[in-house]
Amino acid sequence: MVLKVFFPLCCSSADSGILIGRWISEQSSAVVLAVVHFPFIPVQVKQYLGEVQRVTKVSVSVLGSWSNSKQEKEESLSEFLEDLGTIFCHEPWIQISKEGDSKFWSCSTLQKHSKNPQEEEIILVYYDQRKVMLSHLHPPLDTAGQGAEDASKLSAIFDTVARSQVLFMTDRYDEGPVKLTHWQSDGVEASIIVELLKQASVPACMLLTFLLSLVSGICRSRVLKFWPLSFLWSKLSTCEQLGHRLQHLQVISSSKKAQNQNQLMRKANIFVSLLIDVALGILLMSWLYRKNRIGHLADTLIPVADHVAEELQDLLQWLMGAPAGLKMNRALDQVLGRFFLYHIHLWISYIHLLSPFIEMILWYVGLSACLGLTVALCILSDIIALLTFHIYCFYVYGARLYCLKIYGLSSLWRLFRGKKWNVLRQRVDSCSYDLDQLFIGTLLFTILLFLLPTTALYYLVFTLLRLLVVIVQGLIRLLVDLIDSLPLYSLILRLCRSYRLAAGVKFRVLEQQDGKPLRLLMQINPLSYGGVVQMYRLPTYSCYPRDSWASLCKKLFLGELIYPWKHKGDKQN
Amino acid sequence: MAEERLFRSASGVPITLRRRQHSASCRELAVRGPRLQLRSLSAATSAVWLAAYGLFALSENSMVLSAAIFITLIGLIIYLHFVKIDQESLLVIGSLGIQVTSSYASGKESTVFIEMGRVKDVVINEAIHMQKVIYYLCILLQDPEDPQGVSEVVPLFQSSKPRLDCLIEVYKSCQEILEQRKTAPQSN
Repeated sequence: MVLKVFFPLCCSSADSGILIGRWISEQSSAVVLAVVHFPFIPVQVKQYLGEVQRVTKVSVSVLGSWSNSKQEKEESLSEFLEDLGTIFCHEPWIQISKEGDSKFWSCSTLQKHSKNPQEEEIILVYYDQRKVMLSHLHPPLDTAGQGAEDASKLSAIFDTVARSQVLFMTDRYDEGPVKLTHWQSDGVEASIIVELLKQASVPACMLLTFLLSLVSGICRSRVLKFWPLSFLWSKLSTCEQLGHRLQHLQVISSSKKAQNQNQLMRKANIFVSLLIDVALGILLMSWLYRKNRIGHLADTLIPVADHVAEELQDLLQWLMGAPAGLKMNRALDQVLGRFFLYHIHLWISYIHLLSPFIEMILWYVGLSACLGLTVALCILSDIIALLTFHIYCFYVYGARLYCLKIYGLSSLWRLFRGKKWNVLRQRVDSCSYDLDQLFIGTLLFTILLFLLPTTALYYLVFTLLRLLVVIVQGLIRLLVDLIDSLPLYSLILRLCRSYRLAAGVKFRVLEQQDGKPLRLLMQINPLSYGGVVQMYRLPTYSCYPRDSWASLCKKLFLGELIYPWKHKGDKQN
Repeated sequence: MAEERLFRSASGVPITLRRRQHSASCRELAVRGPRLQLRSLSAATSAVWLAAYGLFALSENSMVLSAAIFITLIGLIIYLHFVKIDQESLLVIGSLGIQVTSSYASGKESTVFIEMGRVKDVVINEAIHMQKVIYYLCILLQDPEDPQGVSEVVPLFQSSKPRLDCLIEVYKSCQEILEQRKTAPQSN
């Protein structure tokens, strides 16, 4: 099999020494992690490697020798390097030598116990150690389900480099028995800002946890559990969003360290999302409160509500006349129309009663936009729901009336045909009725049938209005969900440090020379933006419609009330 | 060692196949389609601007003209960066894997590397597309549970669509390297 040597780019200019790394025999590949320089004592090197193996659980061993001769090839050095092969017995013993500044290195192996003495081909793959160590390989989605038993070759290599972190902690200024060259040998990388943040995060987390426990204690108190209030809280989407954000804060402020990459990214995504949300909310708030825009908004709210009511009144007058040329039943028409008109009149009176307080209420409610843009959007959605409450009421009245009528009609139609619905057996059975039952039943059936168009028209009009309001609320909810679930930190990471999120690798063939091994450069192939969003999406609390299109149409036809959005807490029907 | 040959694509457009042998177990096969012609670019741009001038003459709104310029620029950028594929190449490295690269006209390269352990075979498939029968080269991926099964089919050279003669050349080159892996494990 072809022998593959993964050589770190940072060691290309290192002085002569021996190569240490991991030998993966099933793939016949050698992953070189560092170069140990002369002078060294073999016993100490073996001790050091044993310690590293114990800590990292990676089977690090001496793989071969590396000679970087600035002048012509030194014969004695090459013999010395071959003799080293007997001290650190490793099968096969890899010898790489570089002459001067030549790009083309010669690579050979010494096999003492080989069955066939033929020369096997060697491929030299260069890799950037820092990038490979920091990156996280995302497996292709179809193999993500299977276990890591047949872990791909590449993930073995990434794993080896990532877990050997402790090997890279010693730099050349350390006074130790072994002198190594690797990506950090010029000085261990660290960032003051990151260290300061780490120190500051512990007390910040504790403070946050304390505050959150206070807030959740208040929320769980008995005062807020009385029936009208609890019903109100469950219906308002603002409270749901606030609860969702509270959960997020609890995730961030928990003192447990993140176990794996996914949890770390999740925490980071939630943190950045909250930060951006609050920043946008404060921006919105500063825009609203400047030039007294809140006052203007409050001033236009009442006229808008009046306008909506007037439009509804016009609509009802139209329905009470001859809408679209249809002929309605005059008496029923007048009854329904007057009933709804009176409702609108009541609604307008209530709104006018509230009008002096609107500005103050709006002013204080607007302050809560500093909790986040999502909260502000939820408040907007709730205000729309409250302002169009009369439309909701009309829809419920119309739907109930229509529903009653449809059930009455279907039951009387069965009577007309001499059948009956058997509740016990849940099926239609034949039944013999008395004459007077049949007579009254047929009479009622006829009445209901001829009154159907009127009721159906009212139902249709109010259902359309209700659907319009639902669509507007749904769009706002979609926007809120988008802001909630977008993994901003992962996207920024993909933009700025694309090697951290790897979908795979790509190879580039470098210049070749006959007689020398094949030279390849292994680079990291970053995950696509769509892949990043799919992988690191934050879960949201609801939003998908409860019914499919077919069942929705059926419900509309039968007059059953529709509640398009399913909430996570609702039990399944 | 590199060689180039001229072929035709399924739609009759001339394409070139370039073969390079980097080492005994590493081969690169690149299919290059025709470049973007100045003729077609100017024709498309003139058509859009004539339509915009026509609308401007009808509506007397100068926003139409700026919108046309904007649309042309954005459309050109999107076409060059996301649609027009200049070259598709296949790099087969025995014992490592197969790398499929598509280079776009704007210079962007999108690469997929498939490890050798996941590759079952490289075959030429025929498909019926509208009224034609076309041949395409594809990589069959191994199903980890079922040794005889195929979990996925990765079609190659989707945008240049070479004809059967070109595909046979590519197929022969790939199979020479893939055969090595069947003989290799016994020697270890």
